Amino acid sequence: MALRIDPDHNRFRDIVRGKIKQNLRKYISNGELIGRKGKDLVSIPVPQIEVPHFHFGQPGQGGVGQGPGKVGDSLGPAQPDKDGQGKAGSDPGEHMLEVELSMQELAEILGEELELPRILPKGKERLITEKDRYVGIRRVGPESLRHFKRTFRQALRRQIMMGSYDPKRPMVVPAREDKRYRSWRTTPMPQSNAVMIFIMDVSGSMGDEQKEIVRITSFWIDTWLRSQYAGLESRFIVHDAAARAVDRDTFFRTRESGGTMISSAYKLCAKMIDDEFPPSEWNIYPFQFSDGDNWSADDTTVCLEVLKKEILPKVNLFCYGQVESPYGSGQFVSDLRAGFAEEPNVVTTEIESKDDIATSIRAFLGKGK
Amino acid sequence: MPHRTAQLPESLLEIQRSIEEHARGYGLDFWETSFAMLDYRRMQEVAAFGGFPVRYPHWRFGMEFDHLSKSHVYGLSQIYEMVINNNPAYAYLLEGNSLVDQKMVMAHVLGHVDFFKNNYYFSKTNRKMMDNMANHATRVRRHIERQGLDKVEGFIDVCLSLDNLIDPMSPFITRHAPAQDENKEKPPIEVPRLRAKSYMDKFINPPEYLDERRRQLQEEQEKPKRNPPEPERDVLLFLLQAAPLEPWERDVLEIVRDEAYYFAPQRQTKILNEGWAAYWHSKLMTEKILVASELIDYADHNAGVLAAAPGQFNPYKVGISLLRYVEERWNKGRFGKEWNECDDYERRRTWDRQLGLGRQKIFEVRKLYNDLTFIDEFFTQDFCYENEFFSFARNASSGNYEIDSREFKKIKDKLLFQLTNFGEPFIFVQDGNYDNRGELLLRHRHEGVDLHLDHSRATMASLYRVWHRPICLLTAIDGKPRLLRFDGTEHADRPA
Repeated sequence: MALRIDPDHNRFRDIVRGKIKQNLRKYISNGELIGRKGKDLVSIPVPQIEVPHFHFGQPGQGGVGQGPGKVGDSLGPAQPDKDGQGKAGSDPGEHMLEVELSMQELAEILGEELELPRILPKGKERLITEKDRYVGIRRVGPESLRHFKRTFRQALRRQIMMGSYDPKRPMVVPAREDKRYRSWRTTPMPQSNAVMIFIMDVSGSMGDEQKEIVRITSFWIDTWLRSQYAGLESRFIVHDAAARAVDRDTFFRTRESGGTMISSAYKLCAKMIDDEFPPSEWNIYPFQFSDGDNWSADDTTVCLEVLKKEILPKVNLFCYGQVESPYGSGQFVSDLRAGFAEEPNVVTTEIESKDDIATSIRAFLGKGK
Repeated sequence: MPHRTAQLPESLLEIQRSIEEHARGYGLDFWETSFAMLDYRRMQEVAAFGGFPVRYPHWRFGMEFDHLSKSHVYGLSQIYEMVINNNPAYAYLLEGNSLVDQKMVMAHVLGHVDFFKNNYYFSKTNRKMMDNMANHATRVRRHIERQGLDKVEGFIDVCLSLDNLIDPMSPFITRHAPAQDENKEKPPIEVPRLRAKSYMDKFINPPEYLDERRRQLQEEQEKPKRNPPEPERDVLLFLLQAAPLEPWERDVLEIVRDEAYYFAPQRQTKILNEGWAAYWHSKLMTEKILVASELIDYADHNAGVLAAAPGQFNPYKVGISLLRYVEERWNKGRFGKEWNECDDYERRRTWDRQLGLGRQKIFEVRKLYNDLTFIDEFFTQDFCYENEFFSFARNASSGNYEIDSREFKKIKDKLLFQLTNFGEPFIFVQDGNYDNRGELLLRHRHEGVDLHLDHSRATMASLYRVWHRPICLLTAIDGKPRLLRFDGTEHADRPA
């Protein structure tokens, strides 16, 4: 149900996120409420914006309370630099989870921060959903749907008719009867589908830190693409000398040892696409992470071959992230770059440390394919 | 009352009528009150709007709403009652509350409405505020349509940062001498002449010069010496009269000032008002309305409302205990010279003259007192110790709040300090033409506590936005007088 306060609420959240009114940013303080969710205590951040006033400045003035206790007894932590008027908090629990953002909000923030473009749907017609489309104009409606141009044109027309329009001082103010609003019709719309195929090298040279980087990167990619596609699938492939499909949990946890045959993963990936995700109906995004140390030059040749013939024609985008490992960074990224310099569907990045994660996500997704 | 029937089911209306009946029986005197039933989302919305169904667009209502809905989702707080000081009064019931809760809220609300109607500090408030708020919203929306949201909202932020610079007592006092009567005879102006022989007089004191001089003197006399003539506490009023504002800006500032004055008495009487309402809901519920099966639920919820967590000052709890204490004292005749001078513990403990004046006395309190005078007069040493009050302060080393005293005098001082001018500094407009350069000079009447400097500077920037000329503020920092100045780009301060 829409509330009258929704615009105010959205505006407040935009200020907190720093999208508008930067001048108020310095007055935002992060309060928190201690809540309970099942057995756990949770901390609920409640950002507050305090408009500056003339007020007293000495912190810790305290206040007056009621109850047992002797002089010197503690009442809980004071909020620094805030003269609490009887605002001593209750004791916080041992472990707290932060809850605030839904995945949807997180993805929006990600999109805004990284300036990721909205990904255009491919327009597949397998799954049908309903979609509201703005098709017409009417005289009543919510303010948020007001059609500015039509409204002002109407106002201008009325003012000219009434003779109150002065071309020397062109001021057009719409009255209520001038307002025009968009109206919509609900139409069935094909829904776009997408699958992400994450491929990770789990050979002996990939350490915990490397996997952590892969995990974080995959998480954010996953979050962003999920916000763009309804019904998103993900598949996970791990490989050393041989490749196998695994579930999400295993993908992030396995540590194996052994050699590295990237071609094995490519073959599996190609097979997966052929079997499960016909490219006419799916947007396909393979993401491969490796330290770039392939077993042999021969295998690399096979890789490039498979990639070129079997994978690239079918996918929207192929992303390769090379993670720097303790044994140095491998050759594979250069091979890929040499092989596909002309190919716009291939994105390669080198991730040296966690700091580069954001850059590489932007490189992967910034194309809006 | 057709709109009433539309709002509430007949069964609740029946209950409302019976509660009103009982309340009148006790001598409560209230306006017609309409209850509306809201679901929790609408309830939070209305609460965020300060009890009104419509307010002008501003993010701070959204902030309030954010806070309320988060605490609701995690079960931290629930909005019990909300009532608007308006004639007829409007109040809200939460859909899905149990019947006993609805009864309790109704009884509580009647207490508030009685208080609004009869307390002296509310006597000058606008009783058609429901309509007024809606009009304010319309006016601001119109300005937004003409000027753009960012511009208007930005200016509202500026006004809000000044909205405590009002004079809450001004509706009751004539602060300024009435304007001089224009027609009153003034003594004729004598221009001093140089001594001269009669035949030389028209050369030494030429008549043209004398006329010119006379005109000058006259002008000077008619010109007010200073603007404002006396230091002005209603800074917003001064700005409305003297600041170079565009018409829409003046209108916005007027709206903010209007609403600040409307809400001021509610801030002035928080303890007394809540105490009064709590007193009456518990009296009505326990003596008249409750049926036996509801007793446990009522006791549970009532205890929740009146709970005093350690370190918290619960105005409901303090208000109701102090009212009951006053009632008991006047019932037993524990007042007057003899009582005050009696220091025999045993005699004081059993003192009972059976005067039965308690009810009459608390009705007098509800009519004439606000929080400050209520605490000042009735918060006695006995009351303080019986109710285990303490004062607390922040311990700098541990960062915790700690109980720092149980001394009566310290506790009462602290309470009174927090209640005086809402615990905010006194700021006056001293001169609207400071240094003869059109600068605005404000003075902070220092009463022992320094201003928060960062926020004061930011507030001066807000004032600059309204005044368009440099802003000066006379205050004291660490015991030394200082003059803060903001010239539109830079903040400066120097000893004054």
